[in-house]
Amino acid sequence: MSGSIVAGVLAPHPPHLVYAENPPQNEPRAECGWEGLRWGYERLRKSLSDRDFDVIVVHSPHWKTVVGHHILGLPHFKSKSVDPIFPNLFRFNYDVSVDVDLSEAIAAEASADGLTTKLMRNPDFRVDYGTIIACHLANPAWDKPIVAISSNRSHYYFSNEVGEAEQLALGRATARAIEKSGKRALLLASNSLSHRHFTEEGELPEDMSAEHIYHHGQYLWDMRVLELMKQGRIRELLHEMPDFIEQSVSECKEGSLTWLFGALGIPDYPAEVHAYGTVIGTGNAVVEWDPRRALVEAK
Amino acid sequence: MSVSKGFIVPGRPHPLLAPEQSPGWQRLREGFDAARRSLEASDADLLVLYSTSWPSVIGHQIQADPEPEWIHVDEEFHELGSIPYKFRIDAEFAKLYQKTATRRGLHARTVAYHGFPIDTGTIVALKLLNPNNRIPATVVSCNMYADRGETLVLGKAARDAVDQLGRKAAFVSVTALSNRMWTEWIDPADDRVSSDKDDEWNRKLLEFLGEGRLEDSSQLMRTFTREANADSKGKAIWWLAAAMGQDNRYAGTVHAYEGLWGTGAAVVELVPDAHAAADQEFDEDDVEVYGGDRNVLDSDPSAPPAPAPAAPVPAVSPSFAAAPAATVPSPRPAPAASREDVRTSTAPKPVGPYPHARRFGDLLFVSGMGPRQPGTDAIPGGPVRDADGQPLDYDVAAQTRATIENIQAVLEAAGSGLEAVVDITCFLIDMDRDFATFNKVYGEYFAEIGPTRTTLEVRALPTPIAVELKAIARAPGAE
Repeated sequence: MSGSIVAGVLAPHPPHLVYAENPPQNEPRAECGWEGLRWGYERLRKSLSDRDFDVIVVHSPHWKTVVGHHILGLPHFKSKSVDPIFPNLFRFNYDVSVDVDLSEAIAAEASADGLTTKLMRNPDFRVDYGTIIACHLANPAWDKPIVAISSNRSHYYFSNEVGEAEQLALGRATARAIEKSGKRALLLASNSLSHRHFTEEGELPEDMSAEHIYHHGQYLWDMRVLELMKQGRIRELLHEMPDFIEQSVSECKEGSLTWLFGALGIPDYPAEVHAYGTVIGTGNAVVEWDPRRALVEAK
Repeated sequence: MSVSKGFIVPGRPHPLLAPEQSPGWQRLREGFDAARRSLEASDADLLVLYSTSWPSVIGHQIQADPEPEWIHVDEEFHELGSIPYKFRIDAEFAKLYQKTATRRGLHARTVAYHGFPIDTGTIVALKLLNPNNRIPATVVSCNMYADRGETLVLGKAARDAVDQLGRKAAFVSVTALSNRMWTEWIDPADDRVSSDKDDEWNRKLLEFLGEGRLEDSSQLMRTFTREANADSKGKAIWWLAAAMGQDNRYAGTVHAYEGLWGTGAAVVELVPDAHAAADQEFDEDDVEVYGGDRNVLDSDPSAPPAPAPAAPVPAVSPSFAAAPAATVPSPRPAPAASREDVRTSTAPKPVGPYPHARRFGDLLFVSGMGPRQPGTDAIPGGPVRDADGQPLDYDVAAQTRATIENIQAVLEAAGSGLEAVVDITCFLIDMDRDFATFNKVYGEYFAEIGPTRTTLEVRALPTPIAVELKAIARAPGAE
């Protein structure tokens, strides 16, 4: 039986959401905050509850690599993840299982396509917080193994277009590896949309009276992008992606969302936008692509 | 002298973990060893690091955990092995640095959390320069949005804290020079700088640094960034130059320069040297106080005024202890004669290397003053020409008032006032058009005081203004 992608999700990773959710693994405690996005993750989890999956494959911008694409290659990682930018909000004790077979299969498929890959096999390695946060919010039970893929930075050396092409190819390789594995996979693209931050933080980080988009231009771009997603016009979005990245300082530059589109075969069916909200000025959305919609749309 | 030494070192892990794999990495390791020996022989009792591999978003973060301990693995070069570390951090200094940075308008905070991920660059630098933790250290982050002005202010704040504690600091910038990495796996033995162009720019920069011209290097970094993709836009060099005093009076030594996974990697040492060449260009971007997000260097006359700092920045350098409280002196040591100089944030920034005023005996000589507004450079009454040199209509009355009030601000910063003015020289760019209006406004301020006066027409002034005044006044306490 061939494997499949049960859903692809734009799953942003602001540590603020975990902080405000107060899970037992995280040390800092909040009173509230960013409910719009947290409720969006609740809607995502409810939506996903009608299908089972064997593994979560996550692409994170906070595991930064220049020499190719790196993938976790040991079965277990246990440590503490402390956000270097918001250590006051996120100090999370994690215990993660990795589907090494699928990691190796993705690396092999990508290498066969000419991409540079490397399996990360150092047991002392600390899993990045972009991976931890997206996985926790999508699956707080932590009862599924993961495959974590780094964010290749070739766009910084060449262009956004080159980075996009690289990530699309990696996505296609990921999909082929999943199909050959016979496993059902949930894919998480751990990206924000617009990404200009405020550079100051109040005494009370969860004070929502201070939370809004950094710049109206970012908001216009975010809404444009979400509208294209809702209408299933991803090919058009990919054409606009370099401009979106440039003009809204989008974190999509790091490639997670484009990787997801590559894996989903550049979906032409509508996505479900579960939530949109800002975190310290950046635009974030929880968006789900359900491949079953492709069949519905075809009819 | 609060500066013992300065160092520039690369932050990638190869010289620490695998020097034997590449002759270039081995030479870098030897460069680190030479720097370490020099540091061990010095009188430095504090290490202050700025690392480009510790990015921050919320202002700047300063490490204040007294004994951070972890086993670190580099996210890219994890196959080289793990790096266990335990460092000795000077938490007292870190907390003071946070305060001096805040005092200069920056958003800064200390971090002291178990498991905080200290970056590879900091770890490599401390392991190789200070392997036994003999000298306590701290490290400050590299804000991803900070521009040159904000980074200069951060460097000056480091120096403020060093001066205030009376320490002898070695400042360390952890940074690559050119920063284009190989994007494929290479044979380490073949490592070199990834392009000849980058290599040539690195060598030009190192020529400056080898001659001890740190401030010149700082001013070169924008061009260097465009041409050679500098690590974090050269912020580490900006910070180092500001922390060490913004001049070229150093003896420089390049202990090593090699390609490190395609990037330009150098170990450079700078030692204060009063006899070194001091020639330097006037730095039009120099700032003393951070004025808010992205507005530090904003000289657009149409821009709103930057918010004033909540409180004047006090003189913190012992060299300037006698300066009036409202002045914002440079924290660097200066020759004894300049201690009589007056510099203030309440008047427009000079457009050249001169003070706002200088006391000589019983007299205060005020530099030529125009109407530009402190902090924003906005010109009341509008500029006399646009950016293309085309003439504009302007209000000479508004310019005259603003000019006289700027002189008043300088005199008040020196403990004096307009009533002490004894002589004024006036420069107008269009006597026929402006003299009558100018004369009327002048009279509002000086008719009763009655200083002697000379008025001249000049073809142009350095900024697009119509009027400039130069004043001589009695110094405070003079008969």
